[in-house]
Amino acid sequence: MRRLEARGLSFGYDGAPVGEGVDLDLAGGEIVCLLGPNGGGKTTLFRTLLGVLPPIAGEVRAADRPLARLSRRERARLLGWVPQAHAGLFAFTVEEVVLMGRTARRGRFAAPSRRDHDVVREALERLGIGRLAGRVYTQISGGERQLALVARALAQEAGVLILDEPTASLDFGNQLRVLGEIRRLRDDGIGILMSTHQPEHALEVADRIALLEAGRIVAEGAPRETATPERLARLYRADLAAVAARLAPSESRR
Amino acid sequence: MPRWPWLLLGLLLTLAVLAGLAAGPIALGPGELLRALLGGPSAEGQATMVVWSLRLPRLAAALLVGAALSAAGTAYQAMFRNPLVSPDILGASAGAGMGAALAILFGLPTLGIQGAAFAGGLTAVGLVTLVAGRVRRHDPVLVLVLAGIAIGTLFSAGISLAKVLADPTVQLPSITFWLLGGLSASSPADVGRAAPLVAAGLLPLLLLRHRVDLLTLADEEAAALGEDVSRLRFTLIVSATLVTGASVAIAGIVGWVGLVVPHAARLLVGPRFARSLPAALLLGAAFVAIADTLARSAAAIELPLGILTAFVGAPAFLWLLARGGRFS
Repeated sequence: MRRLEARGLSFGYDGAPVGEGVDLDLAGGEIVCLLGPNGGGKTTLFRTLLGVLPPIAGEVRAADRPLARLSRRERARLLGWVPQAHAGLFAFTVEEVVLMGRTARRGRFAAPSRRDHDVVREALERLGIGRLAGRVYTQISGGERQLALVARALAQEAGVLILDEPTASLDFGNQLRVLGEIRRLRDDGIGILMSTHQPEHALEVADRIALLEAGRIVAEGAPRETATPERLARLYRADLAAVAARLAPSESRR
Repeated sequence: MPRWPWLLLGLLLTLAVLAGLAAGPIALGPGELLRALLGGPSAEGQATMVVWSLRLPRLAAALLVGAALSAAGTAYQAMFRNPLVSPDILGASAGAGMGAALAILFGLPTLGIQGAAFAGGLTAVGLVTLVAGRVRRHDPVLVLVLAGIAIGTLFSAGISLAKVLADPTVQLPSITFWLLGGLSASSPADVGRAAPLVAAGLLPLLLLRHRVDLLTLADEEAAALGEDVSRLRFTLIVSATLVTGASVAIAGIVGWVGLVVPHAARLLVGPRFARSLPAALLLGAAFVAIADTLARSAAAIELPLGILTAFVGAPAFLWLLARGGRFS
């Protein structure tokens, strides 16, 4: 079953399209990486796929149901969103942040139940950050915050996770950690759609790669065939030799 | 979650209530106070008269105003993702102040002044949300705050104009006292009118308390977690403004309570709205009760309540600023 699909999707703000004609599929247990330059429409596309932004044309379906006909709560049970780690403002503990992921799983006026707390604990343990539960979110490292936001999306118990540049602004060690956890979630059967600015990350973890240029998907398929040095050089307006040199080490590692 | 903050808040409120009943120009000892309370309002004696006719109604007004402003402040700070906003932020206080000033200028009775204050506060907030609703493609929170500042300034100018036009012997002192805030003129009937309004505004805040935390996130983040952000924010704005307006109608503009008490409450019990709201209700009630007791008993003349709360609130605000961006 397709967990998330877009057909002929035009997306943008106030009827002014940022992108057009996007077709996309995501099944459980696979990682699809979206590559493209800044301003290419990645974040706007994600917003539209999540139903936060209504599409201009075309359709998004989640779990084979049209997104437009689902309530916000129903969407949040199917699609989990992991934004780029933000600093946070109020001194919530990590556990309290992750608990917000349970919003769509309980009644409008209901207090968090024992089960909500159990799911939160489980999500934290699954990502190996159980020891952070009582720490204050604004005081932990960027990598830990990113993992906390992944845990929050896991607490939604959604079959799809959409991650917006999960490794941006993380140091090397935390990048490896976050990518490792993403791979494990894929192995657990979750469908993952993520964007990244680092093609080598995409080549490392993705099952499929889609290239987004000026709001259109210009190539999509198996990582090595899709994200070729030639295409990437054109996509990012970069020097071909430099791109090829950059991707070579990860090539030899395989 | 430790229990001591709640015990502390309960103890503080109890002390505030006892001090509010015992202290004043006619000081009552514990025995006298107890006898007067147990004797009921119809018993003979000076202590009974003082406690039942003077201090209890005024204490009730202080508790109501403190709880109301603090609850509104806690809600505003969460929904505007800004720990430094207060019930004044959407122009509510300036609007209420202008309503009251105009009513005094036209020689309306107390009830008319209260009604005008209430209507003025709601009008200001209504204008702000109307303006903000027309501006798209900007951060909605920023637009609301900026619109609030602009509308607030407009209404403040209106207040100044009313002061210029007012009769300097009767109307001007009345306007000034009203803008400084105080409970010396509030009657049991005032409290009786304001209490249902405060209750009506507090009810949605209490019912929705487990969802309010989501508004501290970016709107799209909260939406992706399944929350209808604009509806929730609208409900909270209406509720918090109702509560603020009712409080301003009986006490005038009592500043700083709605800014400082929510902070202290979060320091005690953490930032979760489901805990910080009840903590702010208790702490705010105690704070204004103590401030009002000082206002009427510390000096030979009655001090305006708003001045006392400013003496505590402004240094507390500076201390928060000096802590440098890390908010409780």
